Amino acid sequence: MLEHLLVNNEEAAAVILFGIGFTMLLFQQNLIKKLIGMNIMDSGIFLFLASLGYIEGRKAPIIEGGVKQTSAYINPVPAGLVLTGIVVSVSVTAVMLSLSIRLYKRYHTLDLDEIYILSRHQMEDR
Amino acid sequence: MVIVTSFPLFTILLSLFSGVLCLLLKGRTAKRYTFALELVLTGMAAAVLAYVVQTGREFTYTMGEFPAPWGNEIRAGVLEALMALLFLTVMICSVTAGHRFVNTDIDESKVNLYYALLNLMTAALMSVVWTNDIFTGYVFVEILTLTSCGILIVRELGRTTLAAVRYMILNLLGSGLFLLGVVLLYSMTGHLLMEPMQHTITELAGDPQILRNLTIVVGILTVGLSIKSGLFPFHYWMPDTYGWATPTSAAILSAIVSKAYIFLLFKIYYRVIGIKTFEMMPVRNILLLLGICGIIAGSAGAILSNNINRMVALSSAAQIGYIYAGLGLGGAAGYTAALFHILVHAVTKSQLFLTTPRLAEVAGGSLLIRELQGSGLRDRDAGAFFSVSALSMIGIPVFAGFSSKLQFGLAAVTVGNRKLILVMLALAVSSLLNAMYFIRTVIRIYTDSPLKTERAGHRADFILPLMVLTACNLFLGLFSRVAADLIRTGLLMFG
Repeated sequence: MLEHLLVNNEEAAAVILFGIGFTMLLFQQNLIKKLIGMNIMDSGIFLFLASLGYIEGRKAPIIEGGVKQTSAYINPVPAGLVLTGIVVSVSVTAVMLSLSIRLYKRYHTLDLDEIYILSRHQMEDR
Repeated sequence: MVIVTSFPLFTILLSLFSGVLCLLLKGRTAKRYTFALELVLTGMAAAVLAYVVQTGREFTYTMGEFPAPWGNEIRAGVLEALMALLFLTVMICSVTAGHRFVNTDIDESKVNLYYALLNLMTAALMSVVWTNDIFTGYVFVEILTLTSCGILIVRELGRTTLAAVRYMILNLLGSGLFLLGVVLLYSMTGHLLMEPMQHTITELAGDPQILRNLTIVVGILTVGLSIKSGLFPFHYWMPDTYGWATPTSAAILSAIVSKAYIFLLFKIYYRVIGIKTFEMMPVRNILLLLGICGIIAGSAGAILSNNINRMVALSSAAQIGYIYAGLGLGGAAGYTAALFHILVHAVTKSQLFLTTPRLAEVAGGSLLIRELQGSGLRDRDAGAFFSVSALSMIGIPVFAGFSSKLQFGLAAVTVGNRKLILVMLALAVSSLLNAMYFIRTVIRIYTDSPLKTERAGHRADFILPLMVLTACNLFLGLFSRVAADLIRTGLLMFG
């Protein structure tokens, strides 16, 4: 069991990071901490993808001095996926941060429980 | 190559560019432009549907002409075309019927931004429906999440912002899980296109160890997308989210967006995992159980709520439960029932969300059910359309809700044994509960009240789109066989 973890140490780290991020996003009440959790969660997945795409001793598939055997190169697709994922994660973070600012301006706190109670009191129920 | 085969790509690209274009236009022009564009796109989706039904074969559009295992593909079969047509029809009706509320709920300088968001959302919806590549699916699921958050927060109340934040947080949990599932599948198969993935998975699934790992991955994907679509126990964000949004947004979110996630999940089951491999897993039983819990919990919540929008939103939770229960029953009959219910719920729920604000308007702006007394008499159009869709939700014959429940019953009979009893019981209880809260509301809005406000006039931009939705509703109710046959052909094409 332990050997498997040691051989796949990057994947194990990725899953642990994902778990930390996921629980933070789920259970933290502070909006900023939730967002940090989301970013940790995404980083875990990116680490997983990056480790999929990296094989020691091989190079990026850029042809220099003629095509070598396929075993000389790594698969470039995971790197592309990581880049796409990072773009998505950045834009989601930006939207969430702007939402947090709007909530803070209205309720003067970042704690979701408090905001919820405050919104109940204000009753914009029409 | 026939021009129709490029239409799926056009629906995505046109709406993507229009999203940018709407940023430059004025509010009113943007609205007209969006309406015209949606009409064109609906025509395109209808053409694709006619083409695939006529030829009897699906087609794939390869981007940049890279052959199968490498490139990115769009696939159009009967089911994809049907979903695209449904989504666009409901979209166009919601945009037209709710535009007056968009003008009052949103600051005038920002109206064009709302339509820009709607166009981007159309692009995301179309991509999720048409795509044959699972990672493209993920990217557009995220765009769909962002745009749905956008159309929620355009109404700048504290409660909408809070609802949007909670909606986003749950959606982000779902996206994270979905991405993890996609990456795990990629690490197991080495492909991102659906056919090669299914090919590899079918080979791998013979090994029980790998089948167990696959089950975990399918579980992760299912949890991810069911959080996003609001399956029980993740349905509690619905009332706040749908209840405080501007009517167009509420209709679109509940009728289309949650269905897009379910359709993607179904596509993954059928086309990535392969339905034979999927049926070896215990995932279906859990879906059935959670679906039934959702049906009961949603209906019970709807009975207890005193706000009409929250009631309708919670009944959405119950309807989502139906769809998942259909997937959980399995077999061609179960999947047909689930997909049929996607159609039924989309046309019915959008109509409910579009009529409630008009009823509230003539009742002095209150959404509380007890304040709505007599509003059906003062706004006869809204009252009539609300009652029609309420009757359909209960499952009165002639209307779509009835044929949908009939399909579920038939599917349960084909499965037999204990599941049959469970599903029949759930159907009976939920129909009873549905009848209780919808009939109560219909009676309330048609009871005369001493409050004398002016009668609302007839407005063509409200009546016409709702007539279209009612016509779809009646068509699904009276000619359910046509739709069910289409779905069955689509399932065969799915492979």
